[in-house]
Amino acid sequence: MFFIGIYGFITRKNMIAILISLELVLNAVEINFAVFNRYLFPGQMEGMFFTLFGIAITAAETAVALAIIINAYRVIGNIEIKNLSKMKN
Amino acid sequence: MEYSLLIIATPFLLFLVLGLLGMKMKPSIAGIIGTLGMSLCAIVAYTVAYQYFFQFGKVGEEWTKIIPLNFEWLRFTDKLHIDLGILLDPISVMMLVVITTVSLMVHIYSLGYMKGEKGFERYYAFLSLFSFSMLGLVVATNIFQMYIFWELVGVSSYSLIGFYYTKPSAVAASKKAFIVTRFADLGFLVGILILSFYTKTFDFELLTADHAALATTSFAGGTFLGLSIATWAMALIFMGGAGKSAMFPLHIWLPDAMEGPTPVSALIHAATMVVAGVYLVARLFPVYFFAAPDVLEMIAFVGAFTALFAAVIAITQTDIKRVLAFSTISQIAYMMVALGVSGYGDHDGLGYMASMFHLFTHAFFKALLFLGAGSVIHAVHSNEMDHMGGLHKYMKVTSITFFIACLAIAGIPPFSGFFSKDEILAAAFHHQPVIFWTLWVVAGLTAFYMFRLYFCIFWNGKREYSEHHKPHESPAPMTIPLIILAVFSVFTGFIPFSDFISSNQIPFHTHIDWTGVGALSIGVAVIGILIAFLLYFKDSRQPAKMAKALGVFYKATLHKFYMDEIWMWVTQTVIFRCICAPIKWFDRHIIDGSMDGLAWITQKSSSSIKGLQSGQVQFYAWVFIFGSIVIAALVLFL
Repeated sequence: MFFIGIYGFITRKNMIAILISLELVLNAVEINFAVFNRYLFPGQMEGMFFTLFGIAITAAETAVALAIIINAYRVIGNIEIKNLSKMKN
Repeated sequence: MEYSLLIIATPFLLFLVLGLLGMKMKPSIAGIIGTLGMSLCAIVAYTVAYQYFFQFGKVGEEWTKIIPLNFEWLRFTDKLHIDLGILLDPISVMMLVVITTVSLMVHIYSLGYMKGEKGFERYYAFLSLFSFSMLGLVVATNIFQMYIFWELVGVSSYSLIGFYYTKPSAVAASKKAFIVTRFADLGFLVGILILSFYTKTFDFELLTADHAALATTSFAGGTFLGLSIATWAMALIFMGGAGKSAMFPLHIWLPDAMEGPTPVSALIHAATMVVAGVYLVARLFPVYFFAAPDVLEMIAFVGAFTALFAAVIAITQTDIKRVLAFSTISQIAYMMVALGVSGYGDHDGLGYMASMFHLFTHAFFKALLFLGAGSVIHAVHSNEMDHMGGLHKYMKVTSITFFIACLAIAGIPPFSGFFSKDEILAAAFHHQPVIFWTLWVVAGLTAFYMFRLYFCIFWNGKREYSEHHKPHESPAPMTIPLIILAVFSVFTGFIPFSDFISSNQIPFHTHIDWTGVGALSIGVAVIGILIAFLLYFKDSRQPAKMAKALGVFYKATLHKFYMDEIWMWVTQTVIFRCICAPIKWFDRHIIDGSMDGLAWITQKSSSSIKGLQSGQVQFYAWVFIFGSIVIAALVLFL
């Protein structure tokens, strides 16, 4: 799942698709946290909490990312990632 | 006597008022304000002098130092601090009188002389600034305060020499004056620092108390390059004095400084500022005498040489102001010699007294000479002696007052110059025959060149003036100061100076040796005048013939012994080429080079890697992932 996310992140052209791929990466990491916590340290809850935090941060990050994408769309007219390099100048 | 602060505060306020608001006033009003302020200042100075000399100054047999005001300005250590204050003792009170009198005369005179000039109020503002700084200099309680005002004097002199700032020669002259004196002041500052480092004080009173005990003991016999440190310190301080007082070889700025308006020359470059060096040495005289007698000897010889040197040059100059400038150098050198040959206490201190006496009388008659010259220039519109002649019948007042001043400077009794010059000669006679005979010759030369000047300007009727350019007597504001100063020049000689000023503050009595030194000095002066009379009273070809006969020598003196050229060579070739050029190369190539190199490397490296930052986010992600894989691989396999 992590590598599916990475692959998507690198190959997609659409920014929303990239965002979704990024979510995949993060979800993979969070599942890893939860699973490893359950199996390696069953008496402790740090991994679970970390996952909860991760989900919250992901949600926030997604909100910000979507806002950026909407603004980029207003300026550029589409949401192709390669056009974003125009922002350099 | 706290009110003596007024003497300093008034000119400063005047400077502020005239400098800031002068542009809005009518020029004549600005001039009158300046003159009235200066009169107030002079009145206060005279009151102070009266109170000092006749009421408070004398305690028992001795003149005391009164310090009405002193506050601490900067503190370094417990003992070493810079104060600002007012010190009244015989020489500072005497200087107050001289400065305010001459300054007031110049203020009045300038009302006529500078009338209608552009920048009239600026001129008065700078005159006030100059008076302020000069008065601050003479009442300084410590050597550092003196140094501060010393520099202020230099600045105001600079701005007054360069008053006609549209004239390139005036600008060059002002720069020259500033740079030369500043160069000398560097020595002064180093001297002050050495002196205060060892004695741990700046204060004049502490330095000179008890036969300068502090200065003689605290150096602890240290030596540097074979001379004691005390000698070095005092010699460096003298260097500052030599710069301001135009001693050889730092005299080159003074003749050029004549580019300024003539009243300024009278005030600054004849009567007050240029004697600051003499005043400085007199102020520190006990320190010189007890801690560094070698320097005093050196001062005597430098002074004697300068006196002769300047007098010889003065003979051949044709610009009247330059003749007066060289005569000033020569007369100041006289004062320096007198200090150099002086002993300490009672009759041995004759030279000290004579020096101050000559300073006093010289201030008046030299200011008179300059103002008279200004009056002539005003009438003829030229500085060159060739353009003058036969002016006596046009300008009676100027001619007569000029004649009095010439008699005074030549040393003919009963005019003031005779008395002071005679004391100097007597002091030199008791000390050193070589110096005495040098000064004696200079006295003759002085009489000769002054009367050459006088006869060439006022008699020697070779000039026909065209009708509409007929010279005329100057207006009243110019002639009144001339008359007042002439009165001073006649009568100041009768002041029993030794009752007021002596090296150890205890009055003593002097008498004039009419048969010995007195007769010699009168004799040589009369000879000088007679020769001048024969050569210049009537228009004759004799002077030109003599000039031809002397040939090379005449040419050398006309070019002031090529001193300007020598200095140019020293600065251009020696200093600029041999010292500055390598330093410049080092700065450009090594210091700048290393900095430039750093910047160049940064720039190059940044421009070569900036292509990586393409803005393509996915490319960054690739690089990032690839990098993490490489790092992970390295961690795993190494």
